[in-house]
Amino acid sequence: MTDNEKAGRNAKILHAVKWIVLLLLFFCFIFPFLMVVINVFKTKADIISNPLALVGEHGFTLKNFPEAMKKMKFWTVFGNSFIITVSATVLTILISSMTAFVIVRNNWKFCTIVFSLMIASMVIPFQVLMVPLVSVYGGIFNVLNHRLTLILMHVGFSVSMSCFMFHGAIKTNIPLELEEAATIDGCSRWQTWWRVVFPLLKPTIATVGIINAMAYWNDYLLPSLVLTKKNLYTIPIATQAFYGTYSTDIGLVMAALLLAMLPILILYVFLQRYIVEGVASGAVKG
Amino acid sequence: MKQKTSEKVKQYLMFAGPGTILFFCVVVVPFVYGLYLTFTSWDGVSRAKPFVGFQNFADAFKDKVYWQAMGRTAIYSIFAVILINIVAFFLAYLVTSGVKGQNFFRAGFFVPNLIGGIVLGYVWQFVFNRAFVAIGKAITGGAATSLLASPSGAMFALILVSVWQYAGYMMLIYVAGFMSVSKDVQEAAEIDGCTHSQAMWNVTVPLMRSSFVQCLFLSITRCFVVYDVNLSLTKGEPFGSSVMAAMHVYNQAFTYKNYGLGQAEAVILFLVCAIVGVTQVMVGKKGEVAA
Repeated sequence: MTDNEKAGRNAKILHAVKWIVLLLLFFCFIFPFLMVVINVFKTKADIISNPLALVGEHGFTLKNFPEAMKKMKFWTVFGNSFIITVSATVLTILISSMTAFVIVRNNWKFCTIVFSLMIASMVIPFQVLMVPLVSVYGGIFNVLNHRLTLILMHVGFSVSMSCFMFHGAIKTNIPLELEEAATIDGCSRWQTWWRVVFPLLKPTIATVGIINAMAYWNDYLLPSLVLTKKNLYTIPIATQAFYGTYSTDIGLVMAALLLAMLPILILYVFLQRYIVEGVASGAVKG
Repeated sequence: MKQKTSEKVKQYLMFAGPGTILFFCVVVVPFVYGLYLTFTSWDGVSRAKPFVGFQNFADAFKDKVYWQAMGRTAIYSIFAVILINIVAFFLAYLVTSGVKGQNFFRAGFFVPNLIGGIVLGYVWQFVFNRAFVAIGKAITGGAATSLLASPSGAMFALILVSVWQYAGYMMLIYVAGFMSVSKDVQEAAEIDGCTHSQAMWNVTVPLMRSSFVQCLFLSITRCFVVYDVNLSLTKGEPFGSSVMAAMHVYNQAFTYKNYGLGQAEAVILFLVCAIVGVTQVMVGKKGEVAA
């Protein structure tokens, strides 16, 4: 065997080893989800007697789903999460991109102050703000337990980060000459923004939208402080409440957990490429 | 072209008004108000917020349970941050090495990040309490107890779940780091006589320094304020042995109604977290090299 053949064979073996290692790691990563999926179709007794069996002794059952859906009020909760996530995401995109536009294009002192404050605020953990937030908006203004309050708070928290990302995108990707040309053609600032600049920001809009939508959908602590009425619960709060009440009814718990995960997993199947790319580019910039 | 002040104000309000107002209402005002609250002994209900000076900070420094939680959080963060970054780097290396189906693997390792910490914690609670116990019984043939029943086991479980949760996210940053280092540089090193692994450790990795700085910063700041998974996986049990700093702050304020003290403890947590994070970035940036 020549050296070349030997090297070729070694490369092939290395490749195979890498692939097997990846497959094993992949199995470890999805193992918890696999456990939920195989147990959700079993009765409570079967889950307790053997959680590892693919099919329980009492056979395949779909009974867990309708009961869990009814008990956690799945459609109400899903609707709340959906409305809050979609409106907060749209508002975040509009508001933070417009803010960034003014800040990039004018070197007014006030803009610099606001932008510096925004950047500095990004290191503040939510734990520092939760007590004053509840005391101001619960104690003084009494506006908790409204979906709108939560939506506006979500937007307020993510304005700084999103504005920072739009700031970078406008500064590096949008040539000033383009705006000047629009102005000469008779566009006002408002028209220049909507007709020329905003449409050119599509990639950043997608990134900001994906990152924020995922954060809003999964957030637990802020919604749990703002929404305390049962009919306003979002999916994470409802899951937590459900677990507290029915933790012994393990079949129902499995169904509830799967239902909580399903919407975003289905979305992921279709938008996988965009989500991975969006998060990666957002993380690198952030 | 000189603009009038009234025009400037009008333009600013039209574009940046809503963003600025929301940012001030939700972040700036509560932050300042929160600093004020640390000097009061408010109970969360009454209108009166008696001014107590630095009493809350003095109490916070004497609060043994709080410092135990802080110590625990530090231990947890050290292990979790190191392991997250080792696993993430290793995954990134594997999924950029040209293996068949690497995009599929990349997408798969990212899945835990799609789901909120609350749900993940409950899923893992089931895995620890039922699945692992069943595996343990099958292997030993006798009794097996859940890891979550012992203090050190619960700590280990929290670290394991955090590594599993964040490794896929950090992997994406390392993947971007690998991609940003041009293949030519590594090939040049190999032509100059480096072995593959030498080229990797002495050429590629130093060029990826900014990825390391960034991943470390993100994982440190996230681990220090871990809450969701802590709440759903262990709830601080057994015997309050897995209560992390963020959960302690929450309990201090909302369960025991010591709002002023809780807020003071939150501010200390924030300062510690910010100092560690910023120091890490400054040290990391110092030695950055460019190709």
